[in-house]
Amino acid sequence: MTLKEIAFKNILRRKAKAFFVLIGLSIGVATVVAVISFSDAMTGDINHKLEKYGANILIVPKTESLSLSYGGVSLGGVSFEVEEIKEEELLRLNDIKNAKNIAAAGPLVMGVSEVSGHKVLLSGIDFKAAGILKPWWNIDGKIPDENGILLGADAARLMKLSIGDVVSIGARNFSVTGILKQTGSQDDHLIFTTLTVAQEIHNKPGLVSMVEIAALCQGCPIPEMVRQISEVIPNARVMAIQQVVKGRMEALSQFKTFSMGISAVVVLVGSLVVLVTMMGNVRERTEEIGIFRAIGFRKSHIMNIVFIEAGIISVSAGIIGYLFGEGCARAALGFFIETSEHMMPLNMYLPAGSVLMALMVGLIASFYPAFAASRMDPTRALKTL
Amino acid sequence: MSFIKAYKLQKIYGFGDAAVNAVHDISFEIESGEFVAVMGESGAGKSTLLDIIGAMSAPSSGQLWVDDIDIYTMPSEKKADFRREFLGFVFQSFYLVSYLTVLENVMLPLTTTGFGKKTKRDMAQEALAWVGLDQKAHRMPNQISGGEKERVAIARAIVNDPPILLADEPTGNLDTKTSREIVELLCRLNERGMTIIMVTHNPDCANSAKRRLTISDGMLVYDTQPVLSHFTGMVSPALGTNALNFSLMR
Repeated sequence: MTLKEIAFKNILRRKAKAFFVLIGLSIGVATVVAVISFSDAMTGDINHKLEKYGANILIVPKTESLSLSYGGVSLGGVSFEVEEIKEEELLRLNDIKNAKNIAAAGPLVMGVSEVSGHKVLLSGIDFKAAGILKPWWNIDGKIPDENGILLGADAARLMKLSIGDVVSIGARNFSVTGILKQTGSQDDHLIFTTLTVAQEIHNKPGLVSMVEIAALCQGCPIPEMVRQISEVIPNARVMAIQQVVKGRMEALSQFKTFSMGISAVVVLVGSLVVLVTMMGNVRERTEEIGIFRAIGFRKSHIMNIVFIEAGIISVSAGIIGYLFGEGCARAALGFFIETSEHMMPLNMYLPAGSVLMALMVGLIASFYPAFAASRMDPTRALKTL
Repeated sequence: MSFIKAYKLQKIYGFGDAAVNAVHDISFEIESGEFVAVMGESGAGKSTLLDIIGAMSAPSSGQLWVDDIDIYTMPSEKKADFRREFLGFVFQSFYLVSYLTVLENVMLPLTTTGFGKKTKRDMAQEALAWVGLDQKAHRMPNQISGGEKERVAIARAIVNDPPILLADEPTGNLDTKTSREIVELLCRLNERGMTIIMVTHNPDCANSAKRRLTISDGMLVYDTQPVLSHFTGMVSPALGTNALNFSLMR
């Protein structure tokens, strides 16, 4: 006979009460697990969706002028002493601490060219990176190679060009391989070709006008990444698109705070269930505790029995709560996330954390009942019967 | 060797006008191996005295030594250890734990000892065999008779071979035949050298004891066997041992 056996046999004897405590704690744990799992999955999903919104960090050359345009309306202005970014400097992006968080880096070179009698902005880009940076692009036709160009919707309309037409830019002829569908952005007015070709046309070999970076993912410290990039490319100005980052952070933060508040309330209710049930349990066992004390059990032994009981139930509640919470979160996610592509990531700490939390709540809530049991006067305990 | 010495024990319940003097100015000495019956009317203070001797209820004043240990100067946890090591308890209402088998009930006092599982089991089986219940070791308390429950309670009290057995009305709930069997068991234990203090109001049971203390209104009014005071070297009077001079006591 050991204290553990006494505790275990008492649980078996009072199955209904043990079950009540188990359910109370399990619901608390399940709520926390579900909220954390759901929150993690939603964070992942939101991040994934935000990545689709494109670039959130811009690298532009340092200038000594203020921009005089707003909302697409240019009011003039002068830029001077513009130092273009060297393409080779971009290799240093791989050296920053958070390099793995960079989803795509798209260099872009721009200049004015005359095409079919119109002065237009000809932009050279990395079409592979553009796939990630501008996921909203919808192209009629195909992406151009070194002999082709892609037209913005407005550029094609104004210049009356269609797929297959051939235009001359500088000394070279290019065929129109694709036309962008209306994007509502400045891209509608541009002509796109490969980076190398544009550098050649604009006579800017090895130089880029700006770089767009998509780095929005879970745990990406955007301001920190901006600092890291500034360090490796000191002659450029690195900017975070704060609106996107802050909006995302704020939304997630509010969701998490609200969720954790709800969880705390549920856990509190769960711990009260444990406290009340264990207290009732101790009162019902007055005779038994009196016997134990009379035959030489120390106060600490009595407390241990109550704690072991609470521990057994709590650990069980932790496991059940985790499984139930995880199941609920997965079921609920089906309603919030359209595809299973970014379903819940496996959080290795959550199972252990659930059991630990249940154990802590169970033991803390059982402290007063255990203390009260240990303080029972054996003679009074036996005589009150 | 156990030697119980009580000096001016007093136990008062309540305060002011509501105060009840359950035990009043009781002193006595009990030699090791004695079989003492504590008699008295209902409410005389017998059980309260037994609780005090059993280190379960501190006296309002007075002192109690067992084997030269001043019991009520010990901290609570040490008193629990003392109960486990020195005392066996037999209660009138058996107080068996309902969800444990007979064997497990007997093993209870061994729970917090350092013995191995098999040793504990063997000791409990031996105690059960001694009271003639080894065949019913795996029954639940509700599957045995009242007399058997009392015997299980005795087996539990003696399983760790304590030098002192305290029995509070052990035959109170039993018929005459079973009561006799239980008293015979206690006599056999006493023959083995165990000191037994039995509270009873049954004169037949009390006659089995070698010495009788009679309590009335919380006071010791009769002692059949005055003993030599180890404190003063004087013989204690039969009626009340209050005259003992403890001034030289440590």
